Amino acid sequence: MPTAEDVKARIEAAIPGAEADVQSADDVHFNARVVAGAFHGLSRIEQHRLVYAAFEGELGGSIHALQLKTETP
Amino acid sequence: MTDQASNPIRDAISQAISENPVILFMKGTPDQPMCGFSARTVGTLQALGAPFAAVDILPDPRIRQELSALSNWPTIPQLFVNGELVGGCDIVTEMYASGELAETLGVEQPGEVAGVAEPAAAPRPMGIENRIS
Repeated sequence: MPTAEDVKARIEAAIPGAEADVQSADDVHFNARVVAGAFHGLSRIEQHRLVYAAFEGELGGSIHALQLKTETP
Repeated sequence: MTDQASNPIRDAISQAISENPVILFMKGTPDQPMCGFSARTVGTLQALGAPFAAVDILPDPRIRQELSALSNWPTIPQLFVNGELVGGCDIVTEMYASGELAETLGVEQPGEVAGVAEPAAAPRPMGIENRIS
């Protein structure tokens, strides 16, 4: 099962320059705040898709839920 | 990957999205949501008094598969307004707090935006039907 650290590392690897703050009480539900320059000019939907892309197929599976807040620096 | 020629589930989803100006794909029903995120999203729509159609994705796993393939969005719930994906629970909640959701839905923002509670027995959503099952 992924830990909050794993989820943070995955997000930061997938989005260059991103900083992710990830919390999880149970390693199944995660809460992430992601700040990335790459989000500039993107809609919220597109910003969230960038983050989700780091977890192809795992959302809803080993990662039951990822609550997400995206911001630009 | 999927059979493009005949995909009745995806066709039904597309049709539901195009026929309903506000439609929520969720786990469970507005009266009986089966997931906290679906419940919260229903709560925001009800807090704004916005009529919406709802589709329960749970009866058949293919509904979720086809919906996610169509919308390029992995999680449930998913809110569509005028044929466009607005977002899932996080985005909808954020837009509710900022007043953007009311604007998108063309309704009045209530004076006080408090935390959205569990969906009460508030205005009944229109057309709760699940033609996709």
